[in-house]
Amino acid sequence: MEMINLKIDNKPVVVKKGTTILEAAKSIGIHIPTLCYMKLDDLNIENKPGGCRICVVEVKGRKNLAPACCTEATDGMEISSHTIRAINARRTVMELILSDHPSDCLVCPKSGKCDLQDLAQDLGIREIHYKGEQSVYREDTSPAIIREINKCILCRRCEMMCNEVQTVGVLSAINRGFYAVVAPAFEMNLDHSVCTYCGQCVAVCPTGALTEVDQTAAVVRALYDPSKTVVVQTAPAVRAALGEEFGMEPGTLVTGKLVAALRRLGFDHVFDTDFAADLTIMEEGAEILNRLKRHLEGDKTVKLPILTSCCPAWVKFFEHQFPDLKEIPSTARSPQQMFGSIAKSYFAEKLNKKREDLVVVSIMPCVAKKYECGRDEFSVNGNPDVDYAITTRELASLIKISNISFSSLPNEEFDQPLGESSGAGVIFGTTGGVIEAAVRTAYEVYTGKELSKVDFHELRGMDGIRRATIDFGGLPLNIGIAHGLGNARTLLEEIRAGKSEYHAIEIMSCPGGCIGGGGQPYHHGNADILKKRQMAIYREDSNKAIRKSHENPYIISLYREYLGEPMSHKAHELLHTKYFDRS
Amino acid sequence: MSEYNTQILICGGTGCQASESEEIGKSFRELIGELGLEDEVQVVVTGCFGFCEKGPIVKMMPDKTFYVHVTPADTEEILKEHVVKGRQIERLLYKDPKTKQPVSDSQHMDFYKKQLRIALRNCGFIDPENIDEYIARDGYMALGKCLSEMTPEQVIEEVKKSGLRGRGGGGFPTGLKWEITAKVPGDKKYVVCNADEGDPGAFMDRSILEGDPHSVIEAMAINAYCTGSDHGLVYIRAEYPLAVARLKTALKQAREYGLLGKGILGADFNFDIEIRYGAGAFVCGEETALIHSMEGLRGEPTFKPPFPSEHGYYGKPTNVNNVETYANIPVIINKGADWFASIGTEKSKGTKVFALAGAINNVGLIEVPMGTTLREVIYDIGGGIKGGKQFKAVQTGGPSGGMLTSEFLDTPIDYDNLLAAGSMMGSGGMIVLDESDCMVAMAKFYLEFTLEESCGKCSPCRIGNKRLYEILEKITEGKGEDADIERLKILSHVIKDTSLCGLGQTSPNPVLSSINYFINEYDAHVKDHRCPAGQCKALLRYEVVEDKCTGCTLCFRNCPVGAITGERRAVHYIDQSLCIKCGVCFDKCKFDAIVMV
Repeated sequence: MEMINLKIDNKPVVVKKGTTILEAAKSIGIHIPTLCYMKLDDLNIENKPGGCRICVVEVKGRKNLAPACCTEATDGMEISSHTIRAINARRTVMELILSDHPSDCLVCPKSGKCDLQDLAQDLGIREIHYKGEQSVYREDTSPAIIREINKCILCRRCEMMCNEVQTVGVLSAINRGFYAVVAPAFEMNLDHSVCTYCGQCVAVCPTGALTEVDQTAAVVRALYDPSKTVVVQTAPAVRAALGEEFGMEPGTLVTGKLVAALRRLGFDHVFDTDFAADLTIMEEGAEILNRLKRHLEGDKTVKLPILTSCCPAWVKFFEHQFPDLKEIPSTARSPQQMFGSIAKSYFAEKLNKKREDLVVVSIMPCVAKKYECGRDEFSVNGNPDVDYAITTRELASLIKISNISFSSLPNEEFDQPLGESSGAGVIFGTTGGVIEAAVRTAYEVYTGKELSKVDFHELRGMDGIRRATIDFGGLPLNIGIAHGLGNARTLLEEIRAGKSEYHAIEIMSCPGGCIGGGGQPYHHGNADILKKRQMAIYREDSNKAIRKSHENPYIISLYREYLGEPMSHKAHELLHTKYFDRS
Repeated sequence: MSEYNTQILICGGTGCQASESEEIGKSFRELIGELGLEDEVQVVVTGCFGFCEKGPIVKMMPDKTFYVHVTPADTEEILKEHVVKGRQIERLLYKDPKTKQPVSDSQHMDFYKKQLRIALRNCGFIDPENIDEYIARDGYMALGKCLSEMTPEQVIEEVKKSGLRGRGGGGFPTGLKWEITAKVPGDKKYVVCNADEGDPGAFMDRSILEGDPHSVIEAMAINAYCTGSDHGLVYIRAEYPLAVARLKTALKQAREYGLLGKGILGADFNFDIEIRYGAGAFVCGEETALIHSMEGLRGEPTFKPPFPSEHGYYGKPTNVNNVETYANIPVIINKGADWFASIGTEKSKGTKVFALAGAINNVGLIEVPMGTTLREVIYDIGGGIKGGKQFKAVQTGGPSGGMLTSEFLDTPIDYDNLLAAGSMMGSGGMIVLDESDCMVAMAKFYLEFTLEESCGKCSPCRIGNKRLYEILEKITEGKGEDADIERLKILSHVIKDTSLCGLGQTSPNPVLSSINYFINEYDAHVKDHRCPAGQCKALLRYEVVEDKCTGCTLCFRNCPVGAITGERRAVHYIDQSLCIKCGVCFDKCKFDAIVMV
């Protein structure tokens, strides 16, 4: 490996050839400010259009200033990161950006978490010397995402996520010069496009230009409606991230405090989506084994591989892009929707209430869940199984609005019967988790033997596409895992071409899985945060007494009392779904 | 070149076509048929002669009579008098502005005397739609020489030795670019011709493609031989329909002659060219933006390095040169690098084509050796300032160049001198400004163009140029403040220093150079709320000189907004609150009784 020597701010530095000035500076503790640049290490995600021009530095012998994020360091280079010329240029560029940005920070949903705001502070901007016309663009509201493009600074992070990472291709810069904006083709609204609502654009937006649809007010109204019984479910990834909103270290598990907070907010029953994740495994696991059995018996009509179907953005993705393959994914509903369906049937009956008297709220790391709960097939006579899906961030806001001191809350337990879960249900929150949970159950059901170890490390990790072969008592089962829709596309293309060797594939839309969901606390380009959340999820799993979905006693009694067998008629009616060609 | 006794060359450039040169050709052909002269006279529609001011132009061969301002009605006389009787038609001849004498041969016209035509060598001489005429003037000889006598390395060496630099504006040594592209390993390489000419008023690339498309095809083939490519692309703006049509014809003919395709001229060399259309975005002239546009992506630049020579079209090594650059190549190969290098200045070799425009007598397309002075171009070739007005400045380098004052008139034109003077060569736009042009308004005009044409990718160009424009607008409206001029300077320097591509790095040049050379005009606008050139309407007042007003009521009757009052034979008055400063009263008054103040 070729190494090069250079100097930054008179400090010598030795780096690998190919390193950028920004990275070289970072390696010796010099922080060059950036804005459009974003890199998620190990996830192969990088945005460096060189567009904002905040990271400019002076390079000896060079005519103009160099953007540190995309200029490669060369041998003998002499760089000054904070000369008066560089500082003035940086501050002037910042003033220009601010001169074309609304100054309603005090009421902006991004206030306090805004990269632009932080940078203006860091650069010590106290006055904007340039004033003039500001870009105006209509607001676009969809079922999940709001585009307030007046606040767009054209960092193009959303575009990179949408096109390069997710290969959805909805967002792109259009128009020219001062009137350039990032928008869907022909300036159509997001809900007319093939947007999957994965929310990765929201997750990386440095300003308030892209945010989720805020449903906290509707939830508060429901909570204070005496005629309603309000039931809440909370997704696995939420407990591994919510603490960050209250200043806790990334990776802090706050399950007990989360339950306590929800109870104090006034939810009548505090349940867990993890319970529904266990239920999903019962159905999806049965479906895998059913297809596998038919396949082994020589049934040529059986579709393999089977694909997981927990992720609403992924479902919408294949409905738009691979409608020809819509018979392949499992028909099992997502845990959010299974929960809603059971809550408004089984649980409502237990309470002796009509489904209309119940309001089901879900706390999700995801913005696509807002869209999912609004899909027609998930309602009965116009009454949705899940009424509102709010994000981890919205929950944090609710907690703050309600005067709850989160960090001083005691740890409390979920309510029953829909609050009990196994470790398998917990790991749904990370890439690889759904399929590992499925393997834990499917193995035991298929082989009739107990697993000697429940941890399948071969299925874990952060690589975009992973594969492993699990020995099912002499039957080698090929498992594929993809997170990020671009990686999913790769595996789907293989299937379409008839070249796929997998029996089962898990797909999650967001990098890292739900822990990196579009509704989670902002990671600001720090991949360590995602890794720490992932570790927390596995920690929660190993702390659980029950590690396998089929051993969850409340799942067992649900089947005994209400559903019968997995894949039964009742189970089909309540827990399975169908897909649509949206091409 | 032909077996006909007489050839009638009609300029088929866009300018002359717009003035009915097609009709002239049609009329000639009809009359030739009627007069039974089919075997005697041939009509050839050529490329641009350059002397657009005098168009439509018809040139008679072999006697070289150069007729100007020809109309379709003149064709009969030309045939009957000139062709049949051998008498020149004096009224259609060019008159020397100094001697007032008719000049029949263009060689003796000041406009052509100081020109040296290398890139434009065939424009106006050959029928661009006939490959045989190109071949008759040594066309494809250079390609043959390269393929049969020279190794790719030798060809590159020759181009390097010639000192040719990129004519699109950057001035990068062409041979070096070829060498880099040749040396980068790659299984597939591309040769791209940048025909996305976008400077307002510039039409050199268009004229070459319209008048001599084969010279570009030949040069691209030579480049492909040097760099190891088999695939060429011409990126041309779709609003150049004539250039596109002629290029298409030329490509078809070159294929028919085996000069494109497989096993060209019997050598183990395959090459063909396809055309890609641009939608007319100025920024697509920037090579990385051009490549993105060709790939079907948004036409916006990316940071260099990597340069296209290493990582270009679809990530493959790609040689991008401009039309005029390519047009020089066959001549360099045929006549040798030493000959080419003997023309021009120390660091700028050969010639440069300029599109002369603005307040100048001879508007048109010219080609002069590097090192020719601005004075020679403007006064000798350009025939001086229109209407006997005073020269004020010349804008070189298009909208992103700078304004140069009379103190630079004797500066020899080359890349480095123009840069040192605060302007640039650019692709060759040259707009002459006279005393009636307001420099603040001109800077605003150019900025309006770059503002519109910015892709919006980087913040200094997207927002900075907008703010510059707004400050200039303020000044021209008489609302300027003292701090504005300093702010313009600071902001201009930051935009130049931080922008992503050449567009933003040069867009403030007109602002900076106008402040630099015409600070008095800025001061007059800001401090005295006065526009010395009388161009900025907001700073202008029309007033009636009472002594001179006869009360003829002409101004009263013509004022479109009823701002003028007064009885017949009595002094009239202008109501300033109603006046829209259209200047109609000023133009109509026969007694100089209305003045601009």
